[in-house]
Amino acid sequence: MSKYSIFSLARNAMSFHQNWEKVWRSPEPKKQYDVIIVGGGGHGLATAYYLAKEHGIKNIAVLEKGWIGGGNTGRNTTIVRSNYLWDESAHLYEKAMKLWEGLSQDLNYNVMFSQRGVYNLGHNLQDMRDIERRVNANRLNGIDGYVVGPEEIKRAIPALNVDAGCRYPVLGASFQPRAGVARHDAVAWGFARGADQYGVDIIQNCEVTAIRQENGEVTGVETSKGTILANKVGVVVAGHCSVLADMAGFRLPIESHPLQALVSEPIKPVLDTVVMSNAVHGYVSQSDKGDLVIGAGIDSYTGYGQRGSFSGIEHTVAAIIEMFPIFSRVRMNRQWGGIVDTTPDACPIIGNTPVKGLYFNCGWGTGGFKATPGSGWVFAHNVATGAPHELNAAFGLDRFTSGFLIDEHGAAGVAH
Amino acid sequence: MLLIECPWCGERDESEFSYAGEAHIARPLETEKLSDEEWANYLFLRKNTKGLHREQWNHAAGCRRYFNVERNTVSYKISGSYKIGEQGPVGDET
Repeated sequence: MSKYSIFSLARNAMSFHQNWEKVWRSPEPKKQYDVIIVGGGGHGLATAYYLAKEHGIKNIAVLEKGWIGGGNTGRNTTIVRSNYLWDESAHLYEKAMKLWEGLSQDLNYNVMFSQRGVYNLGHNLQDMRDIERRVNANRLNGIDGYVVGPEEIKRAIPALNVDAGCRYPVLGASFQPRAGVARHDAVAWGFARGADQYGVDIIQNCEVTAIRQENGEVTGVETSKGTILANKVGVVVAGHCSVLADMAGFRLPIESHPLQALVSEPIKPVLDTVVMSNAVHGYVSQSDKGDLVIGAGIDSYTGYGQRGSFSGIEHTVAAIIEMFPIFSRVRMNRQWGGIVDTTPDACPIIGNTPVKGLYFNCGWGTGGFKATPGSGWVFAHNVATGAPHELNAAFGLDRFTSGFLIDEHGAAGVAH
Repeated sequence: MLLIECPWCGERDESEFSYAGEAHIARPLETEKLSDEEWANYLFLRKNTKGLHREQWNHAAGCRRYFNVERNTVSYKISGSYKIGEQGPVGDET
């Protein structure tokens, strides 16, 4: 695999860009692997990449039932930040943030990580108290953050309505300068290319239909492309994790909900940062292409249909117009839904399961994209060593029995 | 948009209702004798069915009563509503 550089670009320009080699192979599955990763989204590919790079395990298959990055990795609003309240989640997301900061170099693939900052707006006194508490907690954990007032917000985001008379007046915000956005497809492709370089087999259109076990130990999986054996199986399938857990014979504290997002027609630059509001429940940024990327909350009911409700769109757009009346006549271009795996405490489940050799990384709910490299990093450690990394030790399935929940609901100042 | 039938008020728009989770989860008796696993099972673990799912809804903007609905979580097709305590319809698996 050749390295991408100005020289490779020049060399390929000579042949009119007709001879770029494929970014990853499409091999047929072997009979047996050391590790099988189920789910070829960002988290699964990152897990395979770090397993190969950091732990020297290269005989890996990543099984994806559709195409890589076609699930929630390609359906989110691309926001990356680490300003979570509780120590456990702050450390985990900050690990991801640090990996994001060197990711394009590490992968030799431009993931277009843009640290344009994220504002979480406060609209009432309690919002502002929560914001101050969270910013202080962040700073104690070494995470950048500021509390900013309405004048500074007005200067930074001229399009935002901060009039004192509006329905949800803006009293202030938290601001994390290192937060931002990344190109979600490039994250999947970059990790796929990186993993492939280490010899990881990425097998698309290969759906897992059963998990093979003997004496409480995993021995492999049945797939639409036949039986594949492995003594370690890592499951990273987001919305379908309950289906996979059912195959393995246990239940999860997870409910899958549709979450939708939409983008507008491309418009001239109007918003050079990310704005989120918990109270009016919406978040928006502008992509490099010029379209407004808009998201909000999940549909209340469970579903696997990868589409959102009409009332959800109405709610989302109403929230955005409340914040940015100037957007009221922007036309929306596309709308889509993804299936998010929500947990009772809005934190992921990463770790061992009742079946030996079977590991789950799920429950990221509405906020998994930002954690992609960090999630892969800790899960690779967990799969390689059979025991959790210090950063994911608190996120085990056993916390629902022990009661040590990490209550990030709303505490992170977001539309969870 | 879902069209949900309230057993008391008839068919109404989805926006009149609020969702109240998986149906037929009975609160355990003699809770003082429950183990941590049994509590976790009751409080947190869910079927999260892909396919026919029985769930509770509340007619929040109407009679404000709870009832059960059987709905397919892939197609979102609703096969029927029934009152709490009744046996529900069995829809087709499609």
